[in-house]
Amino acid sequence: MADAYIFDAVRSPRGKGKKSGSLHEITALSLLTQQLKAISERNDLDTSKIDDVIMGCVSAVGEQGADIARTASIKAGYAETAAGVTLNRFCGSGLEAVNIGAAKVMSGMTDMVVAGGVEHMSRVPMGSDGGAIGVDPSFAFEEMAVPQGISADLIATINGFSRDDVDAYAVESQKRAAKSWEEGRFKKSIVPVKDQLGVTILDHDEHMRPSTNMQSLGSLNPSFLGLGTMMPGFDPVAMQRYPELEKIDHVHHAGNSSGIVDGAAAVLIGSKEMGEALGLKARARIKAFAEIGSEPTIMLTGPEFVAAKALKKAGMEVGDIDLYELNEAFAAVVLRFMQAHNISHDKINVNGGAIAMGHPLGATGAMILGTMVDELERSDKETSLITLCIGGGMGTATIIERV
Amino acid sequence: MKNFQLDKDADGILLVSFDMPNRSMNVLNNSSMAEISELTDMITSDDTIIGAVITSGKKAFCAGADLEEMGGNLLSARSAMTKDPEAAKKALFEGVYKLNQLFRNLETCGKPVAAALNGLALGGGFEFVMACTGRFVASDNNSAKVGLPEALIGLLPGAGGTQRLPRLVGLMNASGVLLQGKQLKPAEAQAMGIFHAAVPAAELIATAKKWVKDTPKAKQPWDEDRFRFPGGAPYTAKGYQMFAGASAMVRKESFGNYPAMTNILKCVYEGSQLPMDAALRVESRYFCDLMLRPESANMVRSLFLSKQALEKGEARPQGQAKGEVKKVGVIGAGFMGAGVAYVSARAGLDVVLIDRDQEGADKGKQFTIDEQTKRVKRKRTTQEKADAVIDRITATTDYALLKDVDLIVEAVFENSELKAKITKLGEEVIGDTAIFGSNTSTIPISDLAKASARPENFIGIHFFSPVHKMMLVEIIKGEKTSDYAISRAIDFVTKIRKVPIVVEDTRGFYANRCVGRYLQEGYNLVAEGVKPALIENAAKMAGMPVGPLSLQDEVAIDLAYKVMTQTKKDLGSQYVEGKGDIIIEKMFKAERFGRKNGKGFYVYEGREKHLWPELGQFAVDGLQDPQPSVTDIKDRIMYTQAIEAARTMAEGIVHDPREADLGSIFGWGFAPFTGGAISFIDTIGAKAFVARADELAKAYGPQFEVPALLREMISSGETFYSKFSRAARYSESALKKMLEKDVVKIANKMGIDASEKDLKADTIGKILAKQA
Repeated sequence: MADAYIFDAVRSPRGKGKKSGSLHEITALSLLTQQLKAISERNDLDTSKIDDVIMGCVSAVGEQGADIARTASIKAGYAETAAGVTLNRFCGSGLEAVNIGAAKVMSGMTDMVVAGGVEHMSRVPMGSDGGAIGVDPSFAFEEMAVPQGISADLIATINGFSRDDVDAYAVESQKRAAKSWEEGRFKKSIVPVKDQLGVTILDHDEHMRPSTNMQSLGSLNPSFLGLGTMMPGFDPVAMQRYPELEKIDHVHHAGNSSGIVDGAAAVLIGSKEMGEALGLKARARIKAFAEIGSEPTIMLTGPEFVAAKALKKAGMEVGDIDLYELNEAFAAVVLRFMQAHNISHDKINVNGGAIAMGHPLGATGAMILGTMVDELERSDKETSLITLCIGGGMGTATIIERV
Repeated sequence: MKNFQLDKDADGILLVSFDMPNRSMNVLNNSSMAEISELTDMITSDDTIIGAVITSGKKAFCAGADLEEMGGNLLSARSAMTKDPEAAKKALFEGVYKLNQLFRNLETCGKPVAAALNGLALGGGFEFVMACTGRFVASDNNSAKVGLPEALIGLLPGAGGTQRLPRLVGLMNASGVLLQGKQLKPAEAQAMGIFHAAVPAAELIATAKKWVKDTPKAKQPWDEDRFRFPGGAPYTAKGYQMFAGASAMVRKESFGNYPAMTNILKCVYEGSQLPMDAALRVESRYFCDLMLRPESANMVRSLFLSKQALEKGEARPQGQAKGEVKKVGVIGAGFMGAGVAYVSARAGLDVVLIDRDQEGADKGKQFTIDEQTKRVKRKRTTQEKADAVIDRITATTDYALLKDVDLIVEAVFENSELKAKITKLGEEVIGDTAIFGSNTSTIPISDLAKASARPENFIGIHFFSPVHKMMLVEIIKGEKTSDYAISRAIDFVTKIRKVPIVVEDTRGFYANRCVGRYLQEGYNLVAEGVKPALIENAAKMAGMPVGPLSLQDEVAIDLAYKVMTQTKKDLGSQYVEGKGDIIIEKMFKAERFGRKNGKGFYVYEGREKHLWPELGQFAVDGLQDPQPSVTDIKDRIMYTQAIEAARTMAEGIVHDPREADLGSIFGWGFAPFTGGAISFIDTIGAKAFVARADELAKAYGPQFEVPALLREMISSGETFYSKFSRAARYSESALKKMLEKDVVKIANKMGIDASEKDLKADTIGKILAKQA
């Protein structure tokens, strides 16, 4: 089996995912195209050597519909022989694109791919793609589907995380993100987004609130209390799956959950030989990856299991990993993961995460992979495990090591 | 035509009056459906007819499908699946889909057809109305309500109701009607957009006729190209949230135990994305799906057929005739007595309400005044009618006023001496044919009857609290109670529109004896270290309306303590100590009495309540880790109740599985989707039920030991319903719908010599003769 190497990774800054967000007036196509162009130009790529452009995108409808990966690769000026595919594994899509790209390279059938993702949430809102999972009673009713926020609160209830616990985690995420920006830790990967005239419209993650503290978070109302207990009342549904609970504690709110943002990312992955042929320097090797399904009502516990699965594939132990990166979909998801694998906070999400900087669904996996490539180099560490919790009860994970 | 009167006017408009002979209500049965088909053909093919107006020749329009006739189909659909399931399903579908085709043909006949709704239209009746291209209702007749009650008896509206109603009013407005049996008054229905117009009854026909004349090209909105699903189809911005929420809203109430509700949601969701013809096929498939599930057959049997039979006095002893009850005496004007007086007065009876002093009697009557005032306020009745109800109650201390009552209900404190005294006082005044009934819940009737000078006319009439809301009444036979007394008690209970069941005299009678098992299993689980939340949730998931701990809080723990001490005293050395005894005792001593003093198994804070956090102390060996599966707990909770119900049948306390079933549903809320505690066992089957019960008995104790009768039923292949013959009284139409082999089985069981080679009609005739 061939090895798959990461040669480069870029990402856009994340714009607030609403009409007032800086990226709202930039199309999803332009957002992704700019990242594809950037990774090609800064590596001086012969794009005829790119076999495939693999992009994660959750709401692949409207302007993100009809295979935006192919659309953007043509728009970015890639050789027409570079194919394009768009995939959806919900929040894990960006990392899934990386893993599938890596798998293609490892199989020897493919030499070089650009993997990544895009989610322009202010222009194509979450849920735009409908889906039987939450709507068709054959699934929603019979499988006890609940929204992710309810699942996150369910985790907090079962694991006993208080509002203070999750808020404290969120405050720390903001601090770490602010510090990382101050120190320029993301500099290597960030490709500012340009407007229609080519003028920079956003060069930083604009969702961050560095001044966040326990008091400011304390004033926020729980986001899922109404959905859970009143209309339509998802708590009693979740409790039919977890009947040992008397009630669900609603601890999550806008300040300790991932932010809704716009963003795109691209990662250049290929074989050693093709890298050499193109004069590229490998920055990391993809050591192992895995995906897993988990109980769908609690939905967000997948990282615990998929991390164990990936570690086993890599022949590694929890302690062999220098840095963990788990997407901060909700604070409780990360707290549960740390508890489950006994991982200390200074080894995980060291540069902050989606609570501070936001979670552009289809792109996040590729973004945080890039963050880890940068961080391993910056802090001179060797191994990292990147993972995300995923809707419908899944997890995906990738283990990388520096070369 | 037999069921429809036809009258064509000079304009060529056919006035069709639905008026079935020899019936108080129009229904959809084979006969009327065949004529609707003929009508459609006539309207289509007769060039002198430009359209039709359909109304009713009776007070009501149509009460829906004839379940007596359909019942056999429902009960036998599953057994027809054994040979070639796919062919059987196809055949079932063809039969069910006919009804949809019937109405679809009517609505696409090419000429305007207007319904002129002059009275109640339920179920198939309302579906008939919706299949008319024009819909008009009498605005000044509040009884001209429309509704789809199918879900309440485990069915779905299978004649287009799940498709046409949501297409007229959207998912949100339709959901209450489709899922909860909500009935709409003319004004409400009109506001939602079901009718083209609501006009005074006097103008109804003329308005409908004018519409027919003015609208020669009438089409249903869903047959127009531009049709949009009101409120948004599932995958529109508006519809998405609504459809996503609907599953949760139904799931949280139904716990997935009611396939009718789930299938209705599926019909609306899938149907809303299809053209009408395809949507109707989907609806018919989901209707068939229900017919193949035990829940629907059980619910139709218990909640419709058996309920109706018992409400008509099915439990009346042979040889006794139905009689009138005009005046009733109620002694003891406390909460129960006041309730009995109220429901009696509302049913048109004169009531003498007696208490120790005038103040007490007046207080009892005040309950009726308060309830009627509320009803007037909510526009459920008029002031005049409310006053008439109130005036029927004479609150007094004077026993002499009882002289012409037909029946007495004594509802004083549970004290034998006091009851004996009241019995004497009452019997001194009442006439020879009057019945003395005691509303005791704990004291054996035969013991109380000792105080009676005429024990043959002494009987137990056990109401449940609150009387005006609980539908069940247990009629308890003492040793000497006569058939006449039972018959009169049934006259009374049916008159006040409650469901009477007749049971023999035993401690706790039927319902309280069985519900006791429910409560006790709750304590057992607490004592064994199961988390109280898991117990309560599992009970609700099993279909019980409230968990056992919550129920005990409502009933009151001091009362449970009193009953326990009394039973201990009564039984002496025969008393078997339960795991719950110590819990009850400790709770009582800690003055945790339940909801009434704000603390029991739950802590009550305003409208909120939560489990008392210190219940863990009752877990003898601490909380179990891991906790047992919810399936185990559900089984324990259901089996212990069902086994107790089986014991009462085995002991001859209850004679008819229908009475046991309805007693369980209406008496203590036993999961209605099962059809009742006895249907629960029959559905699982004696063999599987006994096997599971034996496992439970081995693991958890003698409460799960089944009576010998159930083991006999395994070898004989019988069910409760086949074994206890009074229940197995089949109507001619039901028998005609059955498979021959089932008819033969029934005949053989009755000792009739029959085989499948016989002509079916002969066998049916013999069964009917034998039953008579």
